[in-house]
Amino acid sequence: MFSASDLRKGLKIQIDGQPYIITHFEFSKPGKGQSLYRCKMRNMITGNQFSQTYRSNEKFEKPALEERKMQYLYNQGDEYHFMDTENYEQTFITKEQLGDNVYFLQDNMELDVLFFDEKPIDVTLPIFVNLVVTVAEPWAKGDTSGNDTKPVTVETGYVLQVPPFVVEGDKIQIDTRTGDYVTRVKE
Amino acid sequence: MLDQERLHLRAAFFQTVRLFFQEQGFLEVDTPIRQPLLIPEQNITPVPSVDHFLQSSPELYMKRLLAGGSDKIFQLCHCFRYGERGRLHLEEFVMLEWYRQDCDYSHLMRDCKELICFLESRLSPWHFPVSLRGPWQKMTVHEAFLKYCSMTPEQALEQDRFDLLLVEKVEPELGVDIPAFLCDYPLELASLARPKPEDPDVAERFELYVAGVELANGFSELTDPLVQRSRFEEEYAQMDTEPERGKKMPELFLKDLEKIESAAGIAMGLDRLFMLICGGNSLSEVVTFSPDDLDM
Repeated sequence: MFSASDLRKGLKIQIDGQPYIITHFEFSKPGKGQSLYRCKMRNMITGNQFSQTYRSNEKFEKPALEERKMQYLYNQGDEYHFMDTENYEQTFITKEQLGDNVYFLQDNMELDVLFFDEKPIDVTLPIFVNLVVTVAEPWAKGDTSGNDTKPVTVETGYVLQVPPFVVEGDKIQIDTRTGDYVTRVKE
Repeated sequence: MLDQERLHLRAAFFQTVRLFFQEQGFLEVDTPIRQPLLIPEQNITPVPSVDHFLQSSPELYMKRLLAGGSDKIFQLCHCFRYGERGRLHLEEFVMLEWYRQDCDYSHLMRDCKELICFLESRLSPWHFPVSLRGPWQKMTVHEAFLKYCSMTPEQALEQDRFDLLLVEKVEPELGVDIPAFLCDYPLELASLARPKPEDPDVAERFELYVAGVELANGFSELTDPLVQRSRFEEEYAQMDTEPERGKKMPELFLKDLEKIESAAGIAMGLDRLFMLICGGNSLSEVVTFSPDDLDM
């Protein structure tokens, strides 16, 4: 159990059976008044945000969260299958839960999967992934739009802006935190 | 740990505060930091020091000096309140308190303005977030709750939402363009303050706000020892989580209170004031050592 005085940014608490992470925290105490613990939180499953102010006497349960090292195997429709690298147990995460992360999954990629109550709810990808460009328009010489980037599509279907010299078949490095192009990778 | 520039500014700040009070004829005093008894005030968790407590405020001893014949006194001292840690709170902080005999809280409001204007004229750089020119805003708690919460303070107290609404709705609106005094608190929120003669349901207590930051709490002192004793009993009853041993009636204080005709006193958070002067956003940036700077 946590008490209100344990609350701080980054702490994970359980409310109504759901895991929340505190994204903003401020301690307040008006003159001669009570201590107030003002929190903004994000539901770690649904992503919904909400704000709440707590007082000293409030108690919070610790959510049963666990991070496991897993390997991405394959997808079958909207189900993405992963294997625990220690005990070889398999599980799947839906496309909806993965969100934009699906664009950066590669076969056999190792990553951290977050479980809540034995159910996977989130993945933490490696910071950089290398993906092959499958569609790239040639750079239109004399382009007067002033842009020095062009859109390309990579093997997973993800579309991003890259410098004009990138061509079809190139392998490029992408930062999974931002989804941005980093560099062209030479094999 | 503060850099050299800020360390020097902090020293100049303290010196200028002292100079202001000396020029106004105040006597600088010091009182025991370790105190055997708690100040009867709910919502303050004391820091024990063996069989004593570190002071949460020097106020009881400052008032005893008034009873001893002092007319105008001030003190700069460290105060301690357990578990208060945030942008505007530290468990150890520097307090400025000053007291005047034969005065009421309106004198203290005037002192506040003169002190901060004096600091502005002497200190550089000066990054205070609001202008000091012109009349400072004055608003009663009643007016503020009606304006920002659409209810009276009494209704807020009944719903046990006074502090919450004060913090979330009222405080952010106070002292935005010019410093503001929030005054005349419901009697139950001012255990050491005197009821307002023309409206005995409120106490002559005020808080000074600058840019939503509460800087000082002052009041016309309650000098009736019998009323004070019963207020203390009520406060002790609310202090359920505190150690019992400090909860004895401060008899010497109550006895001395009889000797004071009328007086007014105020406590100002000097780290907060210094933070505003520096243009800082949190106390940790402006104290010599923040808690994160200490070996643990």
